[in-house]
Amino acid sequence: MTTETLKKTPLYDWHAANGGRMVDFTGWSMPVQYTSIIDEHNATRNAVGLFDVSHMARFRFDGAGALELIDGLVTRKVADLKPGRIRYGLVCKEDGGILDDILTYHLQDRQGKSYTWMVVNAGNREKIAAWINARLPEEVTFTDYTEKTAMIAVQGPRAMAIAQELIEGDISELKYYQGREATILCHPGLVSRTGYTGEDGVELTVPAENAISVWEALHVAAAEVGGHAVGLGARDTLRLEAAMPLYGHELSEEITPLQAGLGFAMSWDHEFIGKVALEAIDKDSLPVRVGLVMQDKRVPREHYPLYVGDQQVGEVTSGSQSPTLGMPIAMGYVAPQFSAEGTLIDVDVRGKRLAAKVVPLPFYKRK
Amino acid sequence: MSTDNLLFAKTHEWVKVEESDGAKIATVGISAHAIEALNDLVYLELPEVGKEVTAGESFGEIESVKAVSDIYAPVSGEVIEANSALPDNLDSLHEDAYDNGWIAKIKISDDSALADLMDKAGYDKMCAEEG
Repeated sequence: MTTETLKKTPLYDWHAANGGRMVDFTGWSMPVQYTSIIDEHNATRNAVGLFDVSHMARFRFDGAGALELIDGLVTRKVADLKPGRIRYGLVCKEDGGILDDILTYHLQDRQGKSYTWMVVNAGNREKIAAWINARLPEEVTFTDYTEKTAMIAVQGPRAMAIAQELIEGDISELKYYQGREATILCHPGLVSRTGYTGEDGVELTVPAENAISVWEALHVAAAEVGGHAVGLGARDTLRLEAAMPLYGHELSEEITPLQAGLGFAMSWDHEFIGKVALEAIDKDSLPVRVGLVMQDKRVPREHYPLYVGDQQVGEVTSGSQSPTLGMPIAMGYVAPQFSAEGTLIDVDVRGKRLAAKVVPLPFYKRK
Repeated sequence: MSTDNLLFAKTHEWVKVEESDGAKIATVGISAHAIEALNDLVYLELPEVGKEVTAGESFGEIESVKAVSDIYAPVSGEVIEANSALPDNLDSLHEDAYDNGWIAKIKISDDSALADLMDKAGYDKMCAEEG
């Protein structure tokens, strides 16, 4: 794919003008870094990081029955979501394989009318839209807001204070996984206490035409406390330390939620596509998602094979140098008998077997 | 160090060729352009001293946070020295890619591969085109 055909977020011009090294990420031209992955990572852990996550898909559903529709498509019960609440869940195929991991929001507009909002991985936008459209009842309207809006994640110990400067009304009252409509720099938008870094913070959704002014205001405020714009590179190291799964790595159509360590995202007391298949699977035989810490300086990368003796017992799904821990870490799937904490597993690093130890997830938890 | 008399490989290694006791010795490193692109360096695997290497083949590895990259031998010959201080001082490569940043010295056995290397101007042009 050439650069000309890549989709651009409303913040593209800012990234390009401010040192963003742009790469193709699932068809979007996105900044992988501005200065250095380690600097941007540390800025987020210590102060605040700003992330353009406008490439993620945003869907709105209006009409009675929208939450019930989604309830039947996700592993987590959402039909009972109170207004202002957000829930993480997995969309599965009939056979239990994961189509995507998504957030479902129950929101209210200024007139108090309920609607449903959904955030979907950028690379799964068309797939999930088609999956939903094929099942859309007549009384529910589906609108794709991805390109009409921008989404900015503000993450880190200073995130709430920075975001508050732009938003009318006290956002500290929002609890984790709550969201609401908000006036952001005098314009309508959404604020939710969500994120993908292991830090506290919010994600702001604003009309595309306001994206640059909101971003610049956040950037000025962030810079005063040592914050930084953060690219996809540090977004990946942050979420890896926080052990958050990434679609295409820890999650895929070939992986079921049962092995991904996402028990919290399953509610068995409602009907959803894939439930029958998932109930029939012998859970104890499935590979298990584990954390690995290398006993060496080499960095384990995606698809590196994992061995115990001469037996291949699994594969790395994500790996990186951990800027916070100062050592290489990875997540991967291993056969269940090798998943206990403390188990030594060899990582095949380009033909060399190097020892790693199974450790509990997450690697990093904020204090 | 001046980069005027250095040669560059398409794969971003730099080479300085010097005569010593009738033999041609190539000092090899990684270009400042490549160091900047790699950015957050975390690991360098040096070639083994005494190893025979072939031009165009991997003879070392460098890891950044983001990725692992091969370092390719720009010439064929025997590795006669490796910069053992470098792996513990990878950050210094950002300031000094061309002097203390050397990786290995190769006693050239066949200098035909030198013809495939570029001068600084040619290399800069290639980097500009790569974007």
